[in-house]
Amino acid sequence: MAVAALVLVCLASIAIGAKGLPLADVWHGLFHYAGSGDDVLVRKVRIPRTVLGLIVGAALGLAGAVMQALTRNPLAEPGLLGVNAGASAAVVSAISFFGVTSLTGYVWFAFAGAAIVSVAVYLLGGSRSANPVRLALAGTAVTAALYGYVNAVQLLDSAALDRLRFWTVGSLASANMETVGKVWPFIALGVLLTLLIARPLNALEMGDDTARSLGAHLTRTRVLAMLAVTLLCGAATAACGPIVFIGLMIPHLVRAITGPDMRWILPYAAVLSPVLLLGADVVGRVVARPSELQVGIVTALLGGPVFIHLVRRKRMSQL
Amino acid sequence: MKATQEETAGTKGTARSVRAVRTAGGYSFRMNVRASLVIVLLAALAAGTAVVLIGSGDFSMTPGEVVTTLFGHGTFQQEFIVTDLRLPRVLVGLLVGAALGVGGAVFQTISRNPLGSPDVLGFGQGATVGALTVIVLFQGGAAAVAGGAVAGGLLTGVAVYVLAWKRGVHGFRLVLVGIGAAAMLTAATQYLITKANLVDATRAVVWMTGSLDGRDWAQVWPLLVVCGVLLPLVFAHGPALRVMEMGDDAAYALGVRVERTRLVLMGSAVLLVAVATAAAGPIAFVSLSAPQLARRLTRSTGPNLVAATFMGAALLLVADWVSMEAFGDRQLPVGVVTGVLGGCYLLWLLVSERRAGRI
Amino acid sequence: MQRLTAESVTLGYDQRVIAENLSVEIPDHSFTVIVGPNACGKSTLLRALSRMLKPARGRVLLDGETIHSLPAKKVARTLGLLPQSSIAPEGITVADLVARGRYPHQGLLRQWSPEDERIVEESMASTGIGALGDRYVDELSGGQRQRVWIAMALAQQTPLLLLDEPTTYLDIQHQIDVLDLCAELHETQGRTLVAVLHDLNHAARYATHLIAMREGEIIAEGAPGEIVTAELVERVFGLRCQVIPDPETGTPLVIPAARKRGARVAGAVPVAGGA
Repeated sequence: MAVAALVLVCLASIAIGAKGLPLADVWHGLFHYAGSGDDVLVRKVRIPRTVLGLIVGAALGLAGAVMQALTRNPLAEPGLLGVNAGASAAVVSAISFFGVTSLTGYVWFAFAGAAIVSVAVYLLGGSRSANPVRLALAGTAVTAALYGYVNAVQLLDSAALDRLRFWTVGSLASANMETVGKVWPFIALGVLLTLLIARPLNALEMGDDTARSLGAHLTRTRVLAMLAVTLLCGAATAACGPIVFIGLMIPHLVRAITGPDMRWILPYAAVLSPVLLLGADVVGRVVARPSELQVGIVTALLGGPVFIHLVRRKRMSQL
Repeated sequence: MKATQEETAGTKGTARSVRAVRTAGGYSFRMNVRASLVIVLLAALAAGTAVVLIGSGDFSMTPGEVVTTLFGHGTFQQEFIVTDLRLPRVLVGLLVGAALGVGGAVFQTISRNPLGSPDVLGFGQGATVGALTVIVLFQGGAAAVAGGAVAGGLLTGVAVYVLAWKRGVHGFRLVLVGIGAAAMLTAATQYLITKANLVDATRAVVWMTGSLDGRDWAQVWPLLVVCGVLLPLVFAHGPALRVMEMGDDAAYALGVRVERTRLVLMGSAVLLVAVATAAAGPIAFVSLSAPQLARRLTRSTGPNLVAATFMGAALLLVADWVSMEAFGDRQLPVGVVTGVLGGCYLLWLLVSERRAGRI
Repeated sequence: MQRLTAESVTLGYDQRVIAENLSVEIPDHSFTVIVGPNACGKSTLLRALSRMLKPARGRVLLDGETIHSLPAKKVARTLGLLPQSSIAPEGITVADLVARGRYPHQGLLRQWSPEDERIVEESMASTGIGALGDRYVDELSGGQRQRVWIAMALAQQTPLLLLDEPTTYLDIQHQIDVLDLCAELHETQGRTLVAVLHDLNHAARYATHLIAMREGEIIAEGAPGEIVTAELVERVFGLRCQVIPDPETGTPLVIPAARKRGARVAGAVPVAGGA
């Protein structure tokens, strides 16, 4: 059913936009390419966008699930904990100080930024006394500081501002097959790693001592998990800018369906996250016609209430 | 009445820094010697920096000239430059810094977390969205932008309080709801920036960075009124806030009306922060760092409201001076300086708090 | 009429009712202990008596007046509470923390009188922490820390003092320590103490008045020697046991029935299907 939802939302993502296409045209564009205007639209604009949404969504959902397991913290989320902001700050520096303009260049900076912040967050979150509130606060404060830096750089360099003000909002709008081609290997590697460590992550969730007594390799699992988060978040952020809350919402949703086993949570998260991301993207295209609302904004506006609901529902001891 | 008696309030003659000052009328006041000294020094630092700031610029004046002019004995030209141009800017800096410092102290105490400052909990972002709405959607003037910022900050405050309410507002729920609100509001901010044309977008980013450039008496008066009313109110609730540090139950048992006190203090703090943001933009990290620095200097527990107020004022003025002097001709808005200083401070705080096992 | 009473109160959180139509009188100058199984409403009752929880129906009376309509500081000068969880602000000294108990007696113009100082010293002396004044609360052991909190509640100088599970998380010697201290305060200073305790044997040994609760109802109340019987323990806790006199104090001592038939003590109440 999750897969059916995914197919449906993919079709919607191809069909709906500034120019709406009937399903027959979508079909035609997909399988009987004849070079008509609609066919070009489908192949050159809508399909890349949808494919990018698919892989980025999967990446963010998986990263969120892994982070929540790794830090044993239900509020852990790459966007909320500053990983995306780290990638943003690094990319901004790349554009403004190193004159990097190509996506290939961005990606490495985004990785570096994401890696630094995720290690920092993990150090904060992995300590014995960490509780969700403190971790979330630390993440938010780091995010605020990084965005402050991003703003300052933009202010000094108004050309950078013009380019960056779109990039610093997560968006799928500028997607093309070239972008997809550059980021998919990283994301595929991240996904593979994540699926490999599903079982040890299960053990890790029960606490260090239990995990060790179950025979899990703590350090190896942690390092691999961090690597996976960095690859997934870095690539996703480099491709479409920071998108928050996908990684928070999906694992909670999936947990409600599958229960707490990571071996089920991860595949479900990989399928349902793109549903949410593409869905949000489609909503963004519909509500603000003829222009559109960036998907990062839609997910934040959708995710904020979910987050607040989670906070209100849970008691402190359960967090 | 003169103080008739002064003695250490410690037990059995141990040397402690809290002194009690008692007057003949049966009144008594607690004084922390070190804290009082710190407050005096901070006030002196703020005043000194203010004089230097007034004296510097294209038409530079010696500190002596500044002081004589402030007391009304300057030349006509000096009078004009000081009272019409530079004094208002410095006053705005002082008042904004004070408001942010005390607002941060209140929120950090209520949330029981050194990171729980208004700019992390969404109130700064709320004011930003309000101001940007006016800039981008209505191309409003300075006064309208300020109004938008105040409205945005207050609305966010009310919304966060209501959403965090569930048989009373608990510190942690307030923090998390605030964080959720901050994330949503940040998205709204970014949306507004992408909607804007480049001119408005630049103006918006300048506003968002926080600056004291070109502030005049029109910004001073509202700040002065709000600070004049709310600072004494907040200070009067200081003892109750001290007791609330020990947890709601303990405070309740000691006769503090916890919910009401929290509402009054939060309301005042949100209003102070909103008005400060309206006047100078969301100046980063002053409300985060001022209370913590004040606390470390005074080495006393409790919210340290007065010390945090003076710390905020001194911090902002010093940062303003740095922003004018440090980069030569290219003057940066003060928010960039506080942002960089605050970022370093934050890093240090995270590391040291982690080492102490508190984060 | 006793000073602290509850008149047919209905207590609960949100929609969940925990106790209905509950009436209780705390005898003046008693050391009253409330016992009962988990979730029987004993802490809820204590919260209501200390005005932390407003009853949905009925009222709690302090000196004949509804407690919720009295000014907060006035109540705090008559009735003190030692909550289960309190937070010691970071870096606070013992003397500073105890001094905060004087809050209800202070005002903006009367922040630290000689009387405040005398009472803080007395409270610290009577809880045996007089020498710890300059130590940081964070450095103390669990038992010492609990003494500090009790000293703070004492500095409040209230004739009535409520304690919510004062022995939780303490080692056995510190539990006895704290309870001995409470008994001493009750005997020497004539204060009325109300405590919620988990351990029935502690309750029976220290209380002068015992209230046994189950599912929001008071099953029995009175002097421990009169009401603690094997029958009552089984009714309240669902535990088969025998009750013998405490060899130290003569108060009732509850010995739970052993699991194996063979291990049964001679003269015990016959137990059927002990497992």
